[in-house]
Amino acid sequence: MRSEELAWRIRRHVIEMAHTAHGSHVGSALSIADIVAVLYGEFVEPGALERRDKNRTRIVLSKGHAGAAIYAALAEIGLMPIEELKTHYADGSRLSGHVSHKGLTGVEVSTGSLGQGVGMAAGMALAGARDGLEYRTFVIAGDGECDEGAIWEMALFARQQRLNRLTLIVDRNELQAYGLTAEIMDLLDLGKKFEAFGWRAVDVDGHDHEQLRRALSKIDETRPTAVIAHTVKGKGVSFMENNNLWHYRDPQGADYENAVRELEACRP
Amino acid sequence: MRNAFINELHRLAAADERIFLLAGDLGFGVLDKFRQDYPDRFINAGVAEQNMTAVAAGLALEGRTVFTYSIGNFTTLRCLEQIRNCVAYHGANVKVISVGAGLSYGALGVTHHATEDLSIMRALPNMMVFSPADALEAVAIAKAVCEVEGACYIRLGKGRESLIHQRPIEGYEIGRAIKIFAGDDARIFSTGAIAFEALKAAESLRARGLSVGLYTFPTIKPIDRGVIEECARRCRLLVTVEENNIVSGFGSAVAEIISELDGRVAMLRRIGLRDEFASIVGSQEFLRRQYRLTREEIFALIEIALTDGGGGRAANHLVKYFLWDYLLSAFAAAIIFDRRAREQIFYFSAEVMQ
Repeated sequence: MRSEELAWRIRRHVIEMAHTAHGSHVGSALSIADIVAVLYGEFVEPGALERRDKNRTRIVLSKGHAGAAIYAALAEIGLMPIEELKTHYADGSRLSGHVSHKGLTGVEVSTGSLGQGVGMAAGMALAGARDGLEYRTFVIAGDGECDEGAIWEMALFARQQRLNRLTLIVDRNELQAYGLTAEIMDLLDLGKKFEAFGWRAVDVDGHDHEQLRRALSKIDETRPTAVIAHTVKGKGVSFMENNNLWHYRDPQGADYENAVRELEACRP
Repeated sequence: MRNAFINELHRLAAADERIFLLAGDLGFGVLDKFRQDYPDRFINAGVAEQNMTAVAAGLALEGRTVFTYSIGNFTTLRCLEQIRNCVAYHGANVKVISVGAGLSYGALGVTHHATEDLSIMRALPNMMVFSPADALEAVAIAKAVCEVEGACYIRLGKGRESLIHQRPIEGYEIGRAIKIFAGDDARIFSTGAIAFEALKAAESLRARGLSVGLYTFPTIKPIDRGVIEECARRCRLLVTVEENNIVSGFGSAVAEIISELDGRVAMLRRIGLRDEFASIVGSQEFLRRQYRLTREEIFALIEIALTDGGGGRAANHLVKYFLWDYLLSAFAAAIIFDRRAREQIFYFSAEVMQ
């Protein structure tokens, strides 16, 4: 499956899951759908995840609230039944709102409290470096998450330890829970910030798979990489795009039907 | 205690390559040998404990036994949520070390007093909590935590603690209390270096002929339920002694068990910081006196309680002070108000004078 098609399927599942579960954070999950599709579609081997190979690619979703996108990707690459996506948020389910690793193949760690997954990912990358293993560690963080001091503690640490096989992808949709990042805690030029911390930084269109693929493929000899993925929150459903209401609201009634109609109209 | 623990860790690391040590830019002079001998397994993670803890969890999930090291509250409360989520929830094999148990860093001020850590760490699921009383217990705990998979918290004194034990503790089993003295009237349970004060109090009480036992609890979670139950049924009085807030601390852990026992059980008294910060400047010894964490306090509490649950002591007080006062007052009143008494006293005095 092409990554573009995987991304479409992720979005389609995300709408269905939020609708069924009355789940929140739809906008966030749609925002990272392309990033997740490129990662799970092209940078991991599902068999290696299943076997928990020492050299498997590690993917950590530090912005755990967008977990629906990860579950959808796992189901599409065959690591869990697609049917199970219906249990998102449900009593007794494995699929909590914020991403959970318990009992799931392909999720390395559980997250949900911002700024913590990045440090765990750095620890995994460090273990790989000490073992002389080639695996790469990808971690997805939100731009609002970059308000957390722990992000910058990790940024100092990863550079100091020369964790060049660690790649941080910042979902730069310029929105956080209460509004525009520029109006809450202005992050200015995130790429320059990471460069100032000694990282290799690349700005890409976070919905352009070719750009993502290229940026994610490269690693530096010594420096960790930050891919600043410029995205649109709610991407793929016109009335959700750049509208923070969809950080909270779940699509019901006409909203649900319109979202489905829009997505179905551009089915790959 | 600190050096003994780190030396033991150094020794264990020689045989176990999984052992990593992450320091939060503290441990100058203490960790140097580990750093020299295992440069790939020692990481100074800088003054960034939240990241250090999350990194430790990541490393542990990749098969390492990871120790995080700093002082006071820096490896515990500063990064509490990372400990909860990244370490404890994931069951990561991370061993959190804090040096400076209780009021060890007395004069440095309240930021450096670790006086709620036992309470807070104990409340985390999946977390084992250790508080050795002396260097020998610290060595035993170092071995034990390396042998067990999962999250541990180890609270260490900063050094020069008096020894409680006479010889090394072999084959320490996690969760066991250690009997120092037997004694059936009262038993003292203590944890951490303050146990030495309990030891001295127990010795004085025993010298007075009271049958007072003493146990140290190097592990406070999982706690030794068996010993607590047995003691609660056998004795009249149990006293817990800790250099920690009594709210939710070691004494509370004992109280939780006793409160669920059926039938007649011992009376429990808890000695610890009484839900306050130690805000006066001073050494550990000075602050222990100020906040009533001394052998004298332990002695007095037990002596009063044992002499008839306080009644005997109260009777003593009555005889010594009140009764004597009463007789004197009666005597004075008689002199003033009763002519015959006055005359008799007068004649009596005159006879004596002659």
